[in-house]
Amino acid sequence: MATVPSDMARRTGGSLPDGGVQLDRSESAHRTVGDITAKNPVLVCRSVNVFYGDKHAIRDVNLDIAHNQVISMIGPSGCGKSTFLRCLNRLNDTIPTAKVTGSISLDGQDIYDKRQDPVQLRARVGMVFQKPNPFPKSVYENVAYGPRIHGLAGDRTELDEIVQTSLQRAGLWAEVKDRLDAPGTALSGGQQQRLCIARTIAVNPEVILMDEPCSALDPIATARIEDLIDELQQNYAICIVTHSMQQAARVSQRTAYFHLGDLIEVGSTDQIFTNPRHKLTEDYITGRFG
Amino acid sequence: MQTSTLVLVLLILAAVAYRAGRMRSLALVGGLKGASKLHSRPGYYGLLTALWCAIPALLVLGLWHAFDGRIVTDLVIGGMSAEVQALTPDQLSLVLNDVRNLVAGAIPAEMASPEARAAAARYVELQSLSGLAAAALCLSLALAAGAFVWLRISPSLRARNNVETIVRVALIGCSTIAIFTTIGIVISVLFESIRFFRQVPVTEFLFGLQWSPQMAIRADQVGSSGAFGAVPLFTGTLLIAGIAMLVAVPVGLFAAIYLAEYARRRVRAVIKPMLEVLAGIPTVVYGFFAALVVGPLLRETGESLGLAVASESALAAGLVMGIMIIPFVSSLADDMITAVPQSMRDGSYGLGATQSETIRRVVFPAALPGIVGGVLLAISRAIGETMIVVMAAGLGANLTANPLEAVTTVTTQIVTLLVGDQEFDSPKTLAAFALGLVLFLATLSLNIIALQVVRRYREQYE
Ligand SMILES: Nc1ncnc2c1ncn2[C@@H]1O[C@H](COP(=O)(O)OP(=O)(O)OP(=O)(O)O)[C@@H](O)[C@H]1O
Ligand SMILES: [Mg+2]
Repeated sequence: MATVPSDMARRTGGSLPDGGVQLDRSESAHRTVGDITAKNPVLVCRSVNVFYGDKHAIRDVNLDIAHNQVISMIGPSGCGKSTFLRCLNRLNDTIPTAKVTGSISLDGQDIYDKRQDPVQLRARVGMVFQKPNPFPKSVYENVAYGPRIHGLAGDRTELDEIVQTSLQRAGLWAEVKDRLDAPGTALSGGQQQRLCIARTIAVNPEVILMDEPCSALDPIATARIEDLIDELQQNYAICIVTHSMQQAARVSQRTAYFHLGDLIEVGSTDQIFTNPRHKLTEDYITGRFG
Repeated sequence: MQTSTLVLVLLILAAVAYRAGRMRSLALVGGLKGASKLHSRPGYYGLLTALWCAIPALLVLGLWHAFDGRIVTDLVIGGMSAEVQALTPDQLSLVLNDVRNLVAGAIPAEMASPEARAAAARYVELQSLSGLAAAALCLSLALAAGAFVWLRISPSLRARNNVETIVRVALIGCSTIAIFTTIGIVISVLFESIRFFRQVPVTEFLFGLQWSPQMAIRADQVGSSGAFGAVPLFTGTLLIAGIAMLVAVPVGLFAAIYLAEYARRRVRAVIKPMLEVLAGIPTVVYGFFAALVVGPLLRETGESLGLAVASESALAAGLVMGIMIIPFVSSLADDMITAVPQSMRDGSYGLGATQSETIRRVVFPAALPGIVGGVLLAISRAIGETMIVVMAAGLGANLTANPLEAVTTVTTQIVTLLVGDQEFDSPKTLAAFALGLVLFLATLSLNIIALQVVRRYREQYE
């Protein structure tokens, strides 16, 4: 295992394990290189497989996701990053053909357990999508949506407060405080995406999944979202799928490289980008394909 | 020559022209290898020649047929004796009928007068002459036009553009036919209505509470005073349409939500076509059903509850009409709900909303404008529906809001006004046009609003 460079250790606040357990999975064709475990894990995935009908989209993936840390998932298009992400909040349940096997536990509880209600789970594992998808409602109602359905606010003033703090934490408050009644769809793309983030943090999740959150945004809006991710990291575990390696390097402490449904390599972001250990990872980050 | 043979010959000529045009274009550039030197692909030269060969000839043929009957008849009359020519138009048409029947062999020749027989012979002669002339004219026109284009073919002739222009003109022609027909209908209804309003004031028609459209034929007849207050018809129409919507909107909407959100693919594949079959049932059949099954059923149920239900009631007609309209509402609402992007649902599920919360709070509001459009279309359909109300709602122009009584509607009254022998310019008949105008304006404005609503909604996501 490569040594963690000092600047990396500073950025992560030392939460990255320096010498983790190496799982011996010789039965698998593609053994993940690197340390799949994490100290203080919030999500623990073991032997996760996903099938779309006959298509085997995710193959035997093992990965831990830690509290207060950003992990980025990279890999060529179609390698299963979104699929894996959607396993983590059981959003794949809404696709009739999708089937998930293996175990994923959130704080020690198996989320695919029969007794687990996916609805409660999704309140704890929030998601931000590639394309901003505000509801065709006002800015206020967009943010209030989650708290309302989960009964998080006792009265209107509490709800107002949740909406305001969520918008503030998403860095959108200053821009929309005078037009909370304007439709959410009337905001700019970058504002819409921050609105979606505000909407997600309004239900106070433990984990935030982000599927290419900046792919529809310009560099300035992207920079704002990245700043936001840095801030959110203090309170949440964040999984971000991205096609931009610079972005992965900027925002994340750990990086996972997927290839054709296999998790090829996991490691600290610095190590993956400076010293990849698997040939496929190296090819991808040096731009030989993907 | 028979017209059908002539058309066939023209089509064969067009096919020949196609080949000739194509060959000539290729010959000019030295075969297929030189085809790239042509402005258009060789087929377009063929097509251009064929179109010029066929279209003018067919147009002339059509025009000829539109007028030759008249001309032949005039010539026949011109050849008859002065007495015949002095007859009034009505009597003249009787004589002409005799002649035509003779020609068709419908009456034996011995029974007709010698003059009629002579006229019939002349008629036959003129008709065959006209046929020959038409054939000669059309064929020579086809050959001339075809040959003209054929001779003009050169590698630089913009054949494709010319063909496309011809096709575009044809398309425009077809769409204007539809538009002009509509305009024509509107104008004729409008003029007849104006004639009606000369005899009955507009205010009486629109605000009068009495509807009994009898008009005396002789001044001394009993019950000679007609009343043309259409309010009972309007209220009857609204009552029945209202009952129909009370049935159709909830049932159609819930069916659509089930189909779009809950039903498995296989279930949907069965139920959706079955619902749409409802729209394919002829309205007469619904009418039977309303008059023979639902009406009596309602009356019996009413009797057992101690209610007086007329055997023809607004309720029976409204219920059945509602069933008929369900597929309109459900299939439009279904389209609108499926058009709500999946990302919207994912966003809601991702926040921990249940399926029903997602449908109630995100999907349904997003689809609402489109659903409203569908409902408006359904209302206009309900207002214009005739067969069911004729059979099940009765004819009594009662001004009532009680759905258990018989009422009558605008469409029913139009039917009863026009059925049977009528003087064409009596107020009774003309009233039908006025009612038709009101109906047309009502459904037209509903449709325009509905289409506008639907369109605005569609723009939102596409
Ligand atoms: N609903 C579905 N039904 C069937 N196959 C699917 C479905 N969604 C994804 N797949 C397949 O699963 C594989 C992984 O898809 P996924 O969307 O997870 O890729 P991705 O890594 O997110 O790609 P991208 O970077 O382009 O977003 C692909 O081969 C895709 O074709
Ligand atoms: Mg993806």
